[in-house]
Amino acid sequence: MKVSDIVRILDGRLVCGDNRSDYTIDVAFASDLMSDVLTLVNDNVLLITGLANLQTIRTAEMSDINCIVFARNKKVSQEMVSLAEESGISLIECRYSVFRTCGLLYQAGVKPVY
Amino acid sequence: MKVSEIVKALDLKVFSGSRGLEAEVSGGYVSDLLSDVMGNAEASQVWVTLQTHKNVMAVASLKDLAAVILVSGHRPDENTAAQSEEEGIPILGTGLSAFQVSGKLYELIGKK
Amino acid sequence: MDQELHYEYNVEGGDFSRAGYASSQIKKILKRLNIDAGVIKRTVVACYEAEVNIVAHAYSGAVYFDIESNRLKIVFRDEGPGIEDIEMAMTEGFSTASEEVREMGFGAGMGLSNMKKNADQLNIESEVGRGTRVEIIINT
Repeated sequence: MKVSDIVRILDGRLVCGDNRSDYTIDVAFASDLMSDVLTLVNDNVLLITGLANLQTIRTAEMSDINCIVFARNKKVSQEMVSLAEESGISLIECRYSVFRTCGLLYQAGVKPVY
Repeated sequence: MKVSEIVKALDLKVFSGSRGLEAEVSGGYVSDLLSDVMGNAEASQVWVTLQTHKNVMAVASLKDLAAVILVSGHRPDENTAAQSEEEGIPILGTGLSAFQVSGKLYELIGKK
Repeated sequence: MDQELHYEYNVEGGDFSRAGYASSQIKKILKRLNIDAGVIKRTVVACYEAEVNIVAHAYSGAVYFDIESNRLKIVFRDEGPGIEDIEMAMTEGFSTASEEVREMGFGAGMGLSNMKKNADQLNIESEVGRGTRVEIIINT
């Protein structure tokens, strides 16, 4: 699924990565625990989280995650955008809960990591 | 929908608190941050998380949640299970990830 | 690798805004050297967990990164409270992290097992009241 489709399904806002909206993701993972995210071995994972700070971006960088959805109406800071741009990570803000975000994407056919 | 119906539909393991299996469920809430659940979860929701320590039950009880689903094969700590028994709030388990079990739960009960 | 390289970084205890900086630098260096992507990921995940541990638990620390002929050696040395029972600390789920650290998305007791899983060798030495030395070896 393309990043632009995810933005549309979640009625979200693509905060950074306009030039990469054709990028596609294969599977999704939802967690607020970064050590949990760091156990993933897959590539092209979409991370869904309600944890919005610099460590979320750092974790994505280390795990080769290229797209993050911030649910629970979390706002992305300018510092987070700069760090994400450095690593080519797309960020999406979304006002839904993590539960609803997972539900909508699962319904749309996004597969789980496991 | 009752907790017991969700257990059946999603093939969940019941670790503890089976006294509460007939409670009604209003929706789902997915979070691993206790303060977030304290602030934003609503009564009678089923809480999906991989946190297993004792404070989970304190939060579930304070927020009057219907049940807790531990994902990715996690098991409750001993005193977490004991407290679940005491409160009558079931702790359920699945080998599925939070994303998948939430996707299925959303299909089952919708909204929120 | 035909040349041996050495790098050092400082890590501040408590400064979560900079946690991950050293691991990020290490990742950039490894990418530039065209190291296998799987090896890079294992290395930086282990390093990042170790770096976050210094930020979460210690007062200050340093990272020593050596690229040797057939392996990577990363040493994390900190001044801090030390680890009382290393075996216990290695148990998945065991954590002494503060509520604040947990709310940062860490401190669930998965860090050390994540390091062990990704490193080819993990050596931990600690002195209570003084500090901790974590050595991560990755074969290339």
